[in-house]
Amino acid sequence: MRILAIALNNLRRRKGRTLFQALGLLIGIAAVVTLVAVTTAMRADLEKKIDEFGSNLVIVPKANDLSLSYGGITLPNTAGAKYLREKDAALIRTIPDGESINVVAPKLLAPVEADARRLLMVGVLFPEELRAKKWWRLRGTKPTAPDQVIVGANAGSKLGVRPGSPIEVNGEKFQVAALLRPTGSSEDDLIFADLHRTQNLLGVPGKVSMIEVSAWCSSCPIERIVAQTAYVLPSAKVTAVKQAAAARKTTVDLVTKFSLGIAGAVLAVGALIVFTTMMASVSERTREIGVFRAIGFRKRHVMKIFFFEILLLSLLAGAAGFVVGTGGAQLLAPRLAGAAVSVRWDPLVAAGAIVLALVIGFGASWYPARRASQLDPVEALRSL
Amino acid sequence: MVDVEDRVGSLLELVHITKTYQGPEGGVSALDDVSIAIEEGDFAAVMGPSGSGKSTLLTILGAMNPPTSGKMYVDGIDVYGLSVERLADFRKRYLGFVFQQHQLIPYLTAAENVMLPLVICECDGSKRAMAERALERVGLAGMGGRLPNQLSGGEQGRVAIARAVVNEPVIVLADEPTGALDSQTGEEIMALFKQLNDDGHTIVMVTHNHENAAHAKRIVCLKDGRLPEAEEASPGAYCIK
Repeated sequence: MRILAIALNNLRRRKGRTLFQALGLLIGIAAVVTLVAVTTAMRADLEKKIDEFGSNLVIVPKANDLSLSYGGITLPNTAGAKYLREKDAALIRTIPDGESINVVAPKLLAPVEADARRLLMVGVLFPEELRAKKWWRLRGTKPTAPDQVIVGANAGSKLGVRPGSPIEVNGEKFQVAALLRPTGSSEDDLIFADLHRTQNLLGVPGKVSMIEVSAWCSSCPIERIVAQTAYVLPSAKVTAVKQAAAARKTTVDLVTKFSLGIAGAVLAVGALIVFTTMMASVSERTREIGVFRAIGFRKRHVMKIFFFEILLLSLLAGAAGFVVGTGGAQLLAPRLAGAAVSVRWDPLVAAGAIVLALVIGFGASWYPARRASQLDPVEALRSL
Repeated sequence: MVDVEDRVGSLLELVHITKTYQGPEGGVSALDDVSIAIEEGDFAAVMGPSGSGKSTLLTILGAMNPPTSGKMYVDGIDVYGLSVERLADFRKRYLGFVFQQHQLIPYLTAAENVMLPLVICECDGSKRAMAERALERVGLAGMGGRLPNQLSGGEQGRVAIARAVVNEPVIVLADEPTGALDSQTGEEIMALFKQLNDDGHTIVMVTHNHENAAHAKRIVCLKDGRLPEAEEASPGAYCIK
């Protein structure tokens, strides 16, 4: 028989107390695993949703004179004849991190005269643009022909048009397919038309003013993508849309901080349960410790008994906590964060749960075990 | 009482032992200048009324309670000159304990209880076989797999004795070993102690029971923490009425 056998027998033959102690730790670990799993799933889901909301990069030609602004991005003056080539858009997908690219949306911007009013027209590839602008809400139908346009809310109101209305731009006839519901941005003042039709209208075939790029940001290293894009497009200026990145980071950080706070509190409660149970165990086993010490157990032998017990309990609680926590997360995540959120069985989380259980178990047991080992055998035997 | 000065070289010697506990109203003397020598193969019963210092004497003999003054030698070792951890090693090597109420560990079987002193010893051979032999010696062959609550009081007492002698200690210390037993079972336990002593074990036993004390070769009487003059003149006479 070894000291480990003493610990094992104690746990095995005092099932009720063992179960209670393990449960204290298990609940803490399971709660943390659930929070981590749900938060991770939520972060992935959140990033996916944020990715769907617009661009992460804006690519414009390098120019000295600046005069136009679109969506908060300052553009080179189109009169200066500085353009990107439409085929540059295809090059962006060839960068090493090309698999992180979601949408590439080239645009041609130019001031036009529409029904005798001066407005800014944006030529776009509608399928790409509508994928990038998830927040757009249309009154009318999506454009299906090259001469169909979408008119921003303010522009539509100034022009007095509605879906189906004809509109004349720079002397050529177009039809309003839809009006854009107010977005609260500069998009409300614009007319969106087919890119190639706009190029022909302005006499700049194959040219674009800017390219918006949206990346899958759960995995995108945005600064690296900027550098790689700048490398393949040396004549272009590549800019990360800082606001979007910052907003995403802030949101994700907030969620993470919140879950870390909750996890910390739950773990503290778990540690307290282990601590109080171990203290009670030391008190309950004073006589036993007295006997051990009297027959020659050194202090470290007594500590070993308690540490072996907590080692076994922690391994058990860590493993069970992972199973219960991940199972709980699979049940809870879709309810908390939407049906799309999925939680997977992650071996790294399993290892983390066991390590965490060991750290909490040993951390909370160190003082009780030390106290047990320090018991004066005479005092302990006095209670016999 | 035996003169300690004449007993240099005895197995166990207490030399002018004094123990004073600090109470709320100052020092309380538990033992006052007690000197005892125990020879190898001796069987000594320590008797005395409640509060006479028997328990204090036993814990001092058990290398767990340093005296306020005086020395204790075992096999020539100045026991209380050892560090706390070396005292634990000393207990492991030299002493076997039989506690009042037996004090078996409830979640260990009889054999595992007997094996406890072997857990920390560097012993040759199978520890389980040693435990089985010790159980056989106290008449419990084949009962090693039982938990303490599956044993009678007498059987528990035998397990406690087997645990005390399994690693062949130099001295066996017993604290009221029959206190929780009926007279017949108590008599059986005392017969077992007698047998152990006949086999060569040195035994020091604290008891209130005169019949138990009658099994001892020597009786040491304590009164108010001292060895009375009458005891000095006629060992045991003071206690046995």
